[in-house]
Amino acid sequence: MDLLTIIQILDSTVRLATPLLLACLAGLFSERAGVIDIGLEGKMLVAAFFSAAVAAATGSVWLGLAAGVTASVTFALIHGLASITFRGDQLISGVAINFLASGMTVLIAQDWFSQGGRTPSLTGGARFSEISLPGATALREGYRETIADGVEPSGVSAIYWDLISGHTLLVYVAIAMVPVSWYVLFRTRFGLRLRAVGENPGAVDTAGVSVVRLRYAAVVIAGVLCGLAGAYLATGLAAGFVKDMTAGRGFIALAALIFAKWRPWYALFACLLFGLLEAVGNRFQSIDILGIGIPTQFMQALPYILTVVILAGFVGRAIPPRAGGEPYVKER
Amino acid sequence: MTLMHKLLGAAALTALGAGSALAEPGLIIDLGGKFDKSFNESAYAGAQRWKEETGNDYMETELQSEAQREQTMRRMAERGANPVVVLGFANASTLEKVAPDYPDTNFTIVDMVVDQPNVQSVVFTEHEGSYLAGMMAALASESGTVSFVGGMDVPLIRKFACGYKQGAKAVNPDITVIENMTGTTPAAWNDPVKGGELTRAQISQGSDVVYAAAGGTGVGVLQTAADEGIKAIGVDSNQNYMHPGTMLTSMVKRVDNAVYEAFQSAEEDRFETGIQVLDLGTDGVAYAMDEHNADLVDEEMKSRVEEAKAKIIAGEIEVHDYTSDDSCPS
Repeated sequence: MDLLTIIQILDSTVRLATPLLLACLAGLFSERAGVIDIGLEGKMLVAAFFSAAVAAATGSVWLGLAAGVTASVTFALIHGLASITFRGDQLISGVAINFLASGMTVLIAQDWFSQGGRTPSLTGGARFSEISLPGATALREGYRETIADGVEPSGVSAIYWDLISGHTLLVYVAIAMVPVSWYVLFRTRFGLRLRAVGENPGAVDTAGVSVVRLRYAAVVIAGVLCGLAGAYLATGLAAGFVKDMTAGRGFIALAALIFAKWRPWYALFACLLFGLLEAVGNRFQSIDILGIGIPTQFMQALPYILTVVILAGFVGRAIPPRAGGEPYVKER
Repeated sequence: MTLMHKLLGAAALTALGAGSALAEPGLIIDLGGKFDKSFNESAYAGAQRWKEETGNDYMETELQSEAQREQTMRRMAERGANPVVVLGFANASTLEKVAPDYPDTNFTIVDMVVDQPNVQSVVFTEHEGSYLAGMMAALASESGTVSFVGGMDVPLIRKFACGYKQGAKAVNPDITVIENMTGTTPAAWNDPVKGGELTRAQISQGSDVVYAAAGGTGVGVLQTAADEGIKAIGVDSNQNYMHPGTMLTSMVKRVDNAVYEAFQSAEEDRFETGIQVLDLGTDGVAYAMDEHNADLVDEEMKSRVEEAKAKIIAGEIEVHDYTSDDSCPS
């Protein structure tokens, strides 16, 4: 395996990890505030649909992005209303969101575009195009010329022109969200209160801070991040919406969240690891390690296996926020 | 409005009860959806064509989940549809169970063989059509590497892959054929993102022609091929129009003809049960040529493919069928 192949796999890893990372950070904010969110999948799906639909209708990917984020935040508020205001079961509310998204998107798409629950294919300005960083094109041409000259290049320059440059804007946004999330959660007053609400809402309430408002804020942030994830799927990676196109990525993101022990930087590495497993599985249908063929299905199952291993406590313990899943009832 | 519906429904039921001569044919659209631009859409087009040409009506339902198969099939039979057309290999085990319970109803299953006295099994020789697609891919390839993206990993899709590989090797014995399957669950038919990513992985391994037999996932494959500027081959329906300029051809499977013929033969009282094979000779499978890909297919390519087609029909070239022994000669 040469360097270029490794770089191509890593490049694919970044693309595949981006939706996971955004969804994982969404879950992180929500769960750190004590609201369990298994509706990540559903929120990504509505965002994917509305971003593609509005982009197709208006020809502008930015309007699409705005629509996707709005739709996702609306769903997040429904989740908030059910589980924070009305103190319903957070798991059930999340499942309901997933079902609602799965059915509603196809129904609206069919009514709107009459293409059997999909949007038309997006072209031109209705999609996020790849950003070429300064000098990347020149380096790439240089690389091609060396090949044309019959010299085998080392491929080191590909780290810049293939791996770092040439992604869509949302990829860079997603990666930037990791330090931003870390800073917000661990270095600001808002973040301290948000984490406290997930651990001991009674104490926060005693201090005179509104538990309900903090939890709503967390849920809305989760909505925005899921919106970005969905928009990236439909307008960055693919070119349009297809029924159930999130294909379980919301659940993988939840697994990554547990794997990351509810920490932003760990989330980055967990998502990159899961992305890497998928990229390797895509590239090689079976891998020989020490003469034993490992089928690609094993690679696909590995994220879940790793999560179970973590949950079972073999590799350190993953301790969720203590007040997670419990609606806060003020004592009278 | 609702009352009207009920009345109409009641009237329809009475009419159906009056005798099987009045029976409408029924079509059950499979998972993936009516407008998948591929398999189901082709079946729907056939039913619509029949409706327009004969002026008769037919019943139609669309499956929403794997669990609804039996229920939907039974309901369709009980509503008096005759014949009931079901699409796709996944219906076989259910139909095996349902068909004996409705001996007076005829069933047609596309893509699979079900051995029951009242079932018509329509199968296509996808390996032959894919062989021609493979030849065209190999003739169009400059890099000496072509690739295949399948949907769910099932024998039927392996049959496509195997035919494609044989066709490519027939043109260029040294060619590399990369094969990828999207997944092992029905979700693999609806994952354009993964389809696109698989295509990118194949391109980075040198592929410059990709053949997608993957339902809705194929949309992502064809899109990525167009984005990256390589050629692509569509499947089931004629998908050439989707990306003119990069679509080399489509391996068309005339599911529409199968549905049309099932409806029409029942209408004319000549419906036959048993196995019906739609092959190259009867245009059941074919490679699509139209104005969208005319520039990509030169005369030499066309004549070689036509020659191979004639030889397959005459039996001079035998294309191995993966499903006959679950293996593909390499």
